[in-house]
Amino acid sequence: MTRAVISYGPIPVEQLGHDVDMTAELGGTWLPNPVLTASGCAASGRELDTFFDITKIGALVTKSIMLAPRSGRPTPRMAETPSGMLNSIGLQGPGIDGFIEHDLAWLRERGVRTVVSIAGSNADEYTKLAQKLRNVPEIVAIEVNISCPNVENKGLIFARDPASAAAVITNVRRNTPSDIPVIAKLSPDVTDIVEIARACVRAGADGLALINTLLGLVIDTTTMRPQLAGITGGLSGPAIRPVAVRCVWEVHQALPEVPILGMGGIRNGVDALQFILAGASAVSVGTATFNDPAAPARVLSELRHELALRGFERLTDAVGHAHRGADVEPEPELGAEHHSGPVPRWP
Amino acid sequence: MPVQVRGELLGTRRVGSYHVLTITAPGVPEAARPGHFVALAVGGDNSAMLLRRAFSIHGVTLRGVYGGTVDIAVGVAGPGTQWLANLHRHDPIDVVGPLGRPFALPKQPVSALLVGGGYGAAPLFMLAEELRTRGCRVDVVLGAATEDRLFNVLDAKRMASTLTITTDDGSTGTRGRVTDVLPEIMSRTNTDVVYACGPMPMLAAVTELARSHGAHVQTAVEESMACGIGVCMTCVLPVIGDDGVTRMLRSCVDGPVFRGDRIRWDDLDTIPADCYGAPGSKA
Ligand SMILES: Cc1cc2nc3c(=O)[nH]c(=O)nc-3n(C[C@H](O)[C@H](O)[C@H](O)COP(=O)(O)OP(=O)(O)OC[C@H]3O[C@@H](n4cnc5c(N)ncnc54)[C@H](O)[C@@H]3O)c2cc1C
Ligand code: FES
Repeated sequence: MTRAVISYGPIPVEQLGHDVDMTAELGGTWLPNPVLTASGCAASGRELDTFFDITKIGALVTKSIMLAPRSGRPTPRMAETPSGMLNSIGLQGPGIDGFIEHDLAWLRERGVRTVVSIAGSNADEYTKLAQKLRNVPEIVAIEVNISCPNVENKGLIFARDPASAAAVITNVRRNTPSDIPVIAKLSPDVTDIVEIARACVRAGADGLALINTLLGLVIDTTTMRPQLAGITGGLSGPAIRPVAVRCVWEVHQALPEVPILGMGGIRNGVDALQFILAGASAVSVGTATFNDPAAPARVLSELRHELALRGFERLTDAVGHAHRGADVEPEPELGAEHHSGPVPRWP
Repeated sequence: MPVQVRGELLGTRRVGSYHVLTITAPGVPEAARPGHFVALAVGGDNSAMLLRRAFSIHGVTLRGVYGGTVDIAVGVAGPGTQWLANLHRHDPIDVVGPLGRPFALPKQPVSALLVGGGYGAAPLFMLAEELRTRGCRVDVVLGAATEDRLFNVLDAKRMASTLTITTDDGSTGTRGRVTDVLPEIMSRTNTDVVYACGPMPMLAAVTELARSHGAHVQTAVEESMACGIGVCMTCVLPVIGDDGVTRMLRSCVDGPVFRGDRIRWDDLDTIPADCYGAPGSKA
């Protein structure tokens, strides 16, 4: 099988004198490295496995699955935007039973660490989804998508109201084996993301995925109508990266002990590093995969390189490193020995 | 199996209003069949245009000084195709391919009619060659809005038993649409199978005519794509399966070639109410 041969040419880490321990912790589960795919950008893994070995990344995050089979929204479903795209796919998928029988079975056979993303149209559906997954072996984590902008309620009910978000998380947590982390995926389209984050953590979320797409709209100036059949869509890609990094920063600052899966416009290793430094314990590579199907594997090797360049020996030492204040960053005259290494912020 | 390769532009030539790009792409030509396409990244490594652009494979060479090469025909439609048209010899191009399901080929030496609208003609040349080596009769109809939007009339003449040209404005060939000339050709050549590639309304009309003539019909569709490799679910259309159930299938992996009679042409850009997983359906 031929793999990607694009060469972005970072110096091999070995030549930098030391390797970096890339082990990442996500809500009590340890992953060999911190780079995951993003839900909806990797289907169920099979297609991407042609372009890179999907068993080598941290984990594969599946497309958000709903209870029943779903045809999704009509086309056009996509509009390219500057450094991004707007989509209104509407969670097309086979439904949880078909997903467990075919997709999860394949992933297990292939030996892929898998995070299953679930989405419901009401609180009860989330509970049922968790129950269906309860006896499925070898799931790394469950990502609860409470913020999909392309379902009937635009994800607004759960994503914007702390009490509804908490109710969903409580139910999923209650119905999921205790050794499987439950990760709540949040929308940036809220007044105060920390408030929602807090509510989810209090309800039992073991980690937070930040961020889902932003709600956007493109008008086709030829037809003079919205370009997407769904009218609005979710904006993703490098265009939203600063918003995503800000969300990770705010939540990590408020809840430093809560693991964050950071995402939103990560295209290369330095982008991923921004998220780690802002407080993410791991990252998801999403829209970049549409541009470069081998992006997750490439981002992983680039991130390793960037960490090595900055003298980090462990990924975990870099998590939240951008938050270190004047108190931990010594003045130059206060003893050079303090400069010898980065200040660990994690665990 | 598709591969991703860093290719290189070997050269560009003009054919009518199109730019035919010859790109080195080791691994792609070897696996390419008529009807396959490639997805190209546009704008360079830090491009603000994230989505790949899809192009039918027009031709391949398997070896030569530069190894295998792929030819595509680019009609400039927007910034991505403009970027491709402006590339210089030796510029790098990131290629993913070959992608999709190719045209199904007959086992018997049948009479085949190939219909291409505009750059939709591009994949028909490899197909014609393949059909002829199987002893098939190959007739070709090319249509376009104007003469300069016809693709590669010269080669079409060489490979076809008969070539019929139509243009909307009558600048060359018969004035009108390809569908105006199809019935006569189908009865004259006893067409068994029609292969068509071009704009969706043309494919719908060709399918209708082929069916009423009793011919098989294979259509290569063009739906907007984002990834080209089956992971994003952008490129779907309603297709009736062997079990009679309509599903929203991805044209990049389940197509772009579908049996014309299986596509619900009247329901494009909708989710038919009886479609698998449609809102309110009890699937
Ligand atoms: C299977 C397939 C085969 C194709 N073969 C050819 C070919 O041989 N020659 C050729 O000139 N063109 C072909 N096209 C169309 C070509 O992909 C578009 O013209 C091109 O993507 C437009 O890009 P742009 O940046 O110039 O235009 P823009 O309109 O700026 O593109 C914006 C976005 O919309 C998508 N898009 C726009 N128009 C189309 C379209 N017609 N089809 C699919 N996606 C579109 C682009 O991929 C891009 O993501 C094919 C399309 C498909 C799906
Ligand atoms: S273009 Fe992404 S699934 Fe077809």
